[in-house]
Amino acid sequence: MFTDADIAALLVTLKLAGLTTLILLVIGTPLAWWLARTRWRGKPAIEALVALPLVLPPTVLGFYLLVLLGANGPLGEHSLAFTFTGLVIGSVFYSLPFVVQPLQGAFAAIDRGYIEAAATLRASPRDTFFSVVVPLARPGFLTATVLGFAHTVGEFGVVLMIGGNIPGSTQVLSIAIYEHVENLEYARAHWISAGLLVMSFALLLMVYGLNRRFKVVGP
Amino acid sequence: MSLEVCLRLSRGDFELAVEACLPARGVTAIFGPSGCGKTTLLRAIAGLEPQVCGRLKLGDETWQDTDYFLLPHQRPVGYVFQHAVLFPHLSVRGNLDFARRRSGDGPGPGFDEVVELAGIDHLLSRATPNLSGGERQRVALARALLTAPRLLLLDEPLAALDRQAKAELMPCLERLHESLSIPVLYVSHAIDEVARLADQLLLLADGRVEASGPLVEMLTRLDLTLAGSEEALAVIEATVSAIDTDYHLTRLAFAGGGQGRELWLPGDRLPVGRKVRLAVHARDVSLTLQPPTQSSILNIIPVRVDALSPSGPAQTLVRLRAGEVPLLARVTRKSEAALGLHAGQALFAQVKSVSLVE
Repeated sequence: MFTDADIAALLVTLKLAGLTTLILLVIGTPLAWWLARTRWRGKPAIEALVALPLVLPPTVLGFYLLVLLGANGPLGEHSLAFTFTGLVIGSVFYSLPFVVQPLQGAFAAIDRGYIEAAATLRASPRDTFFSVVVPLARPGFLTATVLGFAHTVGEFGVVLMIGGNIPGSTQVLSIAIYEHVENLEYARAHWISAGLLVMSFALLLMVYGLNRRFKVVGP
Repeated sequence: MSLEVCLRLSRGDFELAVEACLPARGVTAIFGPSGCGKTTLLRAIAGLEPQVCGRLKLGDETWQDTDYFLLPHQRPVGYVFQHAVLFPHLSVRGNLDFARRRSGDGPGPGFDEVVELAGIDHLLSRATPNLSGGERQRVALARALLTAPRLLLLDEPLAALDRQAKAELMPCLERLHESLSIPVLYVSHAIDEVARLADQLLLLADGRVEASGPLVEMLTRLDLTLAGSEEALAVIEATVSAIDTDYHLTRLAFAGGGQGRELWLPGDRLPVGRKVRLAVHARDVSLTLQPPTQSSILNIIPVRVDALSPSGPAQTLVRLRAGEVPLLARVTRKSEAALGLHAGQALFAQVKSVSLVE
């Protein structure tokens, strides 16, 4: 049913998606909190930058990352092109809006009154964030996690540009499918495609099921 | 100890400029019409309005100065918002624990004491979204008290409640007044609430202090808007001195009133010795030069005219003193002329109706 190469691609994919999601939650949470609260005039510019990967062809993003991370770029001989680390960096940019936007929406929806009430109950801003904001934004965190993960699993263009197709290292499922099709191995392409289809549907079903009240961003 | 307030805020058309020194004991009502800046002032004292500038001191502790601003969570205030603002992700007990865990080591009321005072023992395990309005406010009050505040700020806690819920919360606020020594600032635009709870009054109009002082005096000052209103009233603090069981009447002696200065009130359920507040509306007081001997009115008090002020084209508002206690009477200008009313004159006030403030 699945060859060793397919299993290896699955593991790379899961590792990439898991790590990317984790990094995005760590950097996306403060960014989303800041975007939800700031009245700075430059905010639309930052929001547009965050949203760019939604509209940009992944190959464009991949191309610039290749220029930046490649051997001819500023990193020189420490090039990250065609490495797993390079893939993670690319995925973080690529999936950024899918984590930041649901979080920003969830944070913005929290009534200021709760934050003020927490302050009058002696909770510092940091304390308030973890004991009031995070629990109230839980649907947003769930959406962000699932969308960030699922979107990274589905990425193709960026991976192809900067990660190439090294089995066991940078070959992910979407590329494995592409390769199977190139080699006219339709049955194997079918197995992986159907597997991804079912998994993506299951993940989204979970998000919509758990967050009935919550708006999920579209790609 | 006192609360020294000198705060300014400009926001669009609205300007707040409050300068006042309030005694930090008992209940001080911040009273005024909607939009006069009551809530903004309360928020500024809690540190929730960062654009406010000026000075703020509680006792010898500075909370705000020209180059100093204590953040809200560093100020030892308890704040009850108009809409309670309980955390929806925590149960009633969770909300109370949130406050208790962060209260520090300061001396404050204990958990059981607060729960009993607020009457919320049976609600502890409930989820907050299912509580009624009155229950929510009681939980919010308990939560604020558990932070061991040195100043309690109440922002119209009764305004969003129906009659029934008000009747539940009011006794709770009165117990608070009696049993805890935490000074309270109470924002309200309802004079009956103020008459019931407040000891001092800070009158706000258009973001400025109109006047401030002890409630009993403020209510009867003829130069203020309060006395001029249709609902003008005087508050008398009295003690139940006897019960007439034959006629089901309660006799009340009022402080500073002296000999013969007592009032009768229908009903016989109050215990002797209980301190109560009585409201006497200006429209229910009439004046007579001789004590009537054949009248159905029970409450006839010897008084002295303190001051007079015209109230509309046909009426005059008269401030009276029964001993030290001020009273208001609204009479027609015709009666004023007939009785020859003038300051210092001794006469009798017939009080048609006295009510317990509740």
